[in-house]
Amino acid sequence: MNNIIVYIETQEGKIADVSLELLTKGRTLSKRLGCRLEALIIGESVEFHKDELFAFGAEKIYIAEDPRLKFYTTLPYSAITIALFKEGKPRIALFGATPQGRDLAPRVSSALSSGLTADCTSLEIGDHKEPRGEKEYKDLLYQIRPAFGGNIIATIINPDHRPQMATVREGVMKKESLPVAVNGEVKRINTTKILTAPDFIVEIIERHIEERKIDIKGAPIIVAGGFGVGSRENFGLLSELAKVLGGEVGASRAAVDAGFAEHARQIGQTGVTVRPKLYIAAGISGQIQHTAGMDQSAMIISINSDPDAPIHQIADYAIVGDLNEVIPKIIRAYKNNSK
Amino acid sequence: MRRSFKIVVLAKQVPDTRNVGKNAMKEDGTVNRAALPAIFNPEDMNALEQALRLKDRFPGSKVELLTMGPPRAADIIREGLFRGADGGILLTDRKFAGADTLATSYALSMALKKMNPDIIISGRQAIDGDTAQVGPQVAEKLSLPQITYVEEIGELCNDKFTLTRRLDNGVEVVRTPFPVVITINSSAPACRPRNAKYLMKYKHARTLTEEQDNEHNSYLPLLSLDYLRITEWSVSDVGGDESSYGLSGSPTKVKKIENIVLQAKESRRLTSEDKDIDELIKELISLHTIG
Repeated sequence: MNNIIVYIETQEGKIADVSLELLTKGRTLSKRLGCRLEALIIGESVEFHKDELFAFGAEKIYIAEDPRLKFYTTLPYSAITIALFKEGKPRIALFGATPQGRDLAPRVSSALSSGLTADCTSLEIGDHKEPRGEKEYKDLLYQIRPAFGGNIIATIINPDHRPQMATVREGVMKKESLPVAVNGEVKRINTTKILTAPDFIVEIIERHIEERKIDIKGAPIIVAGGFGVGSRENFGLLSELAKVLGGEVGASRAAVDAGFAEHARQIGQTGVTVRPKLYIAAGISGQIQHTAGMDQSAMIISINSDPDAPIHQIADYAIVGDLNEVIPKIIRAYKNNSK
Repeated sequence: MRRSFKIVVLAKQVPDTRNVGKNAMKEDGTVNRAALPAIFNPEDMNALEQALRLKDRFPGSKVELLTMGPPRAADIIREGLFRGADGGILLTDRKFAGADTLATSYALSMALKKMNPDIIISGRQAIDGDTAQVGPQVAEKLSLPQITYVEEIGELCNDKFTLTRRLDNGVEVVRTPFPVVITINSSAPACRPRNAKYLMKYKHARTLTEEQDNEHNSYLPLLSLDYLRITEWSVSDVGGDESSYGLSGSPTKVKKIENIVLQAKESRRLTSEDKDIDELIKELISLHTIG
């Protein structure tokens, strides 16, 4: 088929946003390459998702339904994906960089001996000439990602192996449905032909969905709020920005003491010390006990309506303004400017 | 029946990219590698702890480390020995160099076939690439199940382990037979500290390469003790298809590397006007700070 295929992940009966973002990106890539955009969806009962996939531009949807596939487990899901890729020979295969995608994609790439680039932040089509000019390649997938702890940006290519596989984190690409859905086709995969008993040796015995543990130290981007945020509800705005940028929410001691945020998010002398790539301080005055925990951040943006707030002194970019006005503008500007 | 296991921990020596201060970048904006110490990959430490806990629970079990890297990566094996591992193997050969995750997992899987463990444990991902690919790829090459994002190795019942996986949005408990490949999250317990007794016992543990290196010659008399020899394996020791190793075995190629140039610290004042915010975001995207 030499097409582009997107692995569609479902979570609690809903298509993951990242899968729709990848379809959106896939439309641009398939148009550029003049090939078809396809989707693969696996589960117990997933056919009802097809209209949404058509609305996001999938021209052909492969559906693998089986009661044994109700929840994701590595072996049967990878067996189906590998079988489909072997038969269909897609040129590009995209997966969300979710726990599921990061479990599945490497397994598939290993079975097909094809390359895989994790956590791409940008995907483009371009040509490649070997350094000594012995070989030229047309229309490769440029898989662009930060590396080395975010200190370099690498462009990765897979010249000779197919599919060219990449994972992308949620929220990195834009999600946009078509004004008119594609009138596409559905192809059902015969799972009984592919799956065997050994594929089911790992059993799920318990699952529960819950709030994720807070990992503020490891976050590359932190959106932190202080007492000036005003309420727990207003912290929701910070969470939204953190989610869009792929970061975590932090808080000053004053905000934690006021009950706006959990203790695990506290940054400063009495909390954790962080050194993210980007620190956005909103409604934080900039007391030394807070700045001691974040002043080594690679870049600091402060948002405070008080032009004399000390936080502005240590910021690379000091925005004098109301955070309730500024943060929605940042979110909008980010969505408009990324990809 | 009393059980004991042969456990192999996959560990990697990585540049410490977590605490990249301003001095870690040179003036031209390139990475100053000398300012970044080589460390034991943090999640591989969590993996080592899980292996040592299994050894505590199932007496008679053996924990070995397997690492691939230049000769100085023998530090990884020593660090494991200091904390309670029984031995380790360093895969080192110029032919392994330039490997992407696929060629790396091929090399590790060839060594693992020779070691023949019951349980393979590694960190979820290494901080120099954050790919989380090697664990699943090793599992596939050995036709073993893989359980990723594990936080806890629970009870053993009817030859199956109960494992708790920590995912973005919750927890999943699974039951798996072995042999199995398990990757451990940073949310799992931290590794125990070095043990003074093991530190004394293994501080002169050396690879043959290190022994031949002059600066280590002073310990020569001790090297007749078998337990002080860290095993090194080359491509010829693990066999397999030579073209599947290193650069030639790597389907992915780096086309271009862009260094991120850090700007001089100079505060810029902005208003909350749309124009200011829009320019700021464009700048951050072009600097690859976001997006």
